[in-house]
Amino acid sequence: MALDMEQFLQIFFEESYEGLDIMESGLLNIDFGALDSESINAIFRAAHSIKGGAGTFGLMEVADFTHLMETLLDQLRSGQRQISQDDVDVLLESVDCLRSMLDECKEKAPHDQERIAGLKARFNVLLDGESSQEGAPQSESQNAGGEASTPNQAAWKIHFKPHSHLFQTGNDPVRILRELDTLGDMSVHLDSEHVPVLSMLDPEECSMKWDIQLHGEVTKEQIVEVFEWVDGDCDLTIEPLEALTEDELEEPQENTTESQTAEAVEVEKAEEAAVQEAATKVEAAAPPPKKAAAKSGGDTASIRVGIDKVDALINIVGELVITQSMLSEIGSNFDMSRLERLAQGLTQLERNTRELQESVMRIRMLPISFVFQRFPRMVRDLSRKLNKNIELKLSGEQTELDKTVLEKIGDPMVHLVRNALDHGVESPEERVRKGKPEHGTVHLNASHEGGNIVIEISDDGAGLPKDKIFKKALENGLIDEDAVLSDEKIYDLIFQPGFSTAAEVSDVSGRGVGMDVVRRNIKELGGNVEVSSQPEKGSTFTIRLPLTLAILDGQLVEVEKQTYIVPLVSIVESIQIKPQFVNSIAGGAELYKLRDDYIPIVRMSDVFGLSPEDKRIDTSLLVVVEGDNQRVGLLVDDLLSQQQVVIKSLETNFKKVEGISGATILGDGTVALILDINGLIEYSKSKIVKIPPDEIEEKEKGEVEAA
Amino acid sequence: MSMSAVTEAEVLNDQSDAARQYLTFMLAGEEYGVDILRVQEIKGWDSVTEIPNTPDYIKGVINLRGTIVPIVDLRQRFGMNDIEYGPTTVVIVLKVYAQERSRVMGIVVDAVSDVYNVDSEALQPPPDFGALVDVEFVQGLATVGETMLIALDIDKLLNSNELQILDEATASND
Repeated sequence: MALDMEQFLQIFFEESYEGLDIMESGLLNIDFGALDSESINAIFRAAHSIKGGAGTFGLMEVADFTHLMETLLDQLRSGQRQISQDDVDVLLESVDCLRSMLDECKEKAPHDQERIAGLKARFNVLLDGESSQEGAPQSESQNAGGEASTPNQAAWKIHFKPHSHLFQTGNDPVRILRELDTLGDMSVHLDSEHVPVLSMLDPEECSMKWDIQLHGEVTKEQIVEVFEWVDGDCDLTIEPLEALTEDELEEPQENTTESQTAEAVEVEKAEEAAVQEAATKVEAAAPPPKKAAAKSGGDTASIRVGIDKVDALINIVGELVITQSMLSEIGSNFDMSRLERLAQGLTQLERNTRELQESVMRIRMLPISFVFQRFPRMVRDLSRKLNKNIELKLSGEQTELDKTVLEKIGDPMVHLVRNALDHGVESPEERVRKGKPEHGTVHLNASHEGGNIVIEISDDGAGLPKDKIFKKALENGLIDEDAVLSDEKIYDLIFQPGFSTAAEVSDVSGRGVGMDVVRRNIKELGGNVEVSSQPEKGSTFTIRLPLTLAILDGQLVEVEKQTYIVPLVSIVESIQIKPQFVNSIAGGAELYKLRDDYIPIVRMSDVFGLSPEDKRIDTSLLVVVEGDNQRVGLLVDDLLSQQQVVIKSLETNFKKVEGISGATILGDGTVALILDINGLIEYSKSKIVKIPPDEIEEKEKGEVEAA
Repeated sequence: MSMSAVTEAEVLNDQSDAARQYLTFMLAGEEYGVDILRVQEIKGWDSVTEIPNTPDYIKGVINLRGTIVPIVDLRQRFGMNDIEYGPTTVVIVLKVYAQERSRVMGIVVDAVSDVYNVDSEALQPPPDFGALVDVEFVQGLATVGETMLIALDIDKLLNSNELQILDEATASND
């Protein structure tokens, strides 16, 4: 049972985070001139759901806090107060506060009482200021005032008949009854008439119903709220007790089944109006937008998939089944006359398989708006802080990419957008002086380009300061004084570790960790980031990412009869070795002179402990790959084909192997290992390959001869 | 997943009072047995893809209907002389439980032999040979007819040394 609660709690957290996102985006979109009641309602409903859920799970502090927000929102909703910038600010801060409160609940950590108290105080100021006409709005009674359309009743009669599947929804009538008991004096009558004899009893079905009389100062809404979790899973009537005579009171228990069903239908109709509140709430919680993906704390690996994607999948599986039966029919009594049909069937199978693969991949795809939606808030807050006037433009939000990629691209993007706001766009005065419009623009754009997704972050600011970057790189010893670099190369220097051009370190950005981390994160995703810039026109950061991490473009290489896969993104070039360019230095390490650079040669056969039959280097090929700021040449025997491979984990049944990132299955059914270039470079360093002394001598001899 | 793996393991270990069935196989003339409920399938020896920088007894990985399954040569694991793989050489694919995880692994043996019912009472603890023989992986010895059956503890065997799961963090790092 405890475990079950834990599960529901998890769902509550997920939904609450979604609710907070809805509130946040709703608040940001508020147009002060023409207040749209629907958007306020949406915000209100989200707050209300969180409050209800928090109450149910005993997170009283969260419930209390949300209650204050809800009170304010309710006043806005009912038009009792005009929305002001202050209201929005406080509400936005509360959203943040609530989010961290939920995080804290999740980790069972104590809440930041100071922050909560501070916000509560601000709420009270706002509420007191406006709602004096309501008269002493004590928070608890205000709840009633805000929602209640019916006056407080002294007594209620509740008829509660759960549907038989109630238990399967995870609800426990006893919990509901207990909760009702806390509202006032309660007497319960259990009608067990329909409970079958023990031998016939299905313990998973609920066949009981209850008549409850509740005495106390309780509003109908409070009662409805108790039942909100079972809304739709029961027949419920709530009536004021006074309205009933003693006869009527007894009546439901004497009713026959037929009349009761009739009553139930009626009840449902009547109930509809009564619990509309609860219903709308449920509706509000059900549809997207959701952002569970981007939550750092939410490590539950679940995904919400649009029904259309699932339907498409089912369609394709259906076709696949048809193809399969067709093929087995051909196969069962095959003769040469049916060869053509067999070929047709195989083509169809191939098409089905490809479609199936695509649709399965599509399930993992989410629109990039999940990442984009955090930026309006950030830009709003930051531009205020920086006293800049910045407009954020978003386009291509519907571009889809893999969930795993999506989760990991958020932080690098935040960094880039911050940089654009802080360093890119100038202050309004400066802009006016330069003859630019006072407000700057930061544009986020996403689009597909081949098998990649391209995200552009551009601003119309001052552009990257070329001289400053050059000077800084010189100071940090990244370049030589007389280095002649193209503009692009200079701009690229900002991605070097320990590089920050901000004249002074600000709160927003410029702590010196930054662009190198951004580039590393993006590279980890198999992507790349580039920058282009024009003085006084602005700069554009372009991020290129693979659509998915589950499939990889690979170059198949052969080393000692073994096939390995090198990720295509890591490959710089592949060359035929010219022996005169191979140099060995002390310790047996070998370098290859590639144009102006010397790159270390990694003999794959040695690193992987394969015993080569032929140690001669001139018959081999060198695949130049780029890892973390380092290029090495992998010595391989042959280059095979290039193909897309599906990545499979080695760790599922085995464990991590150095230099290997995973495995895949080739067309012939055999397994091929996928190289982890960074790991491989590290590993080869730790395992400096010693060439046997005699071989060095031979080599030297050879060189002498050559000389 | 890990939950169900544990309970399943418990269920499998729980039937100790009843007679257990053992699948036996030959290894250098001796008959070894593994709990038959752990056996997923038996397949002929086929070439494997070697994994670099692993001990010799880890032959490599195979593709078992889309799953990558590591293969361990039991002769080499036990330090016996290795022989040419012949027509009777088979791979027994087993389910192994370790640290709340279940893994699928294959062992290469000389030949499969038989299936025996062995009463748990008939299973004797292995005698202590001191340092002479490593009995760590032996669950017990049983006499079946005229032969001696060596029941192996595959969970221990296939989670030792190089095969060990380091810890959850490194395992789920990717």
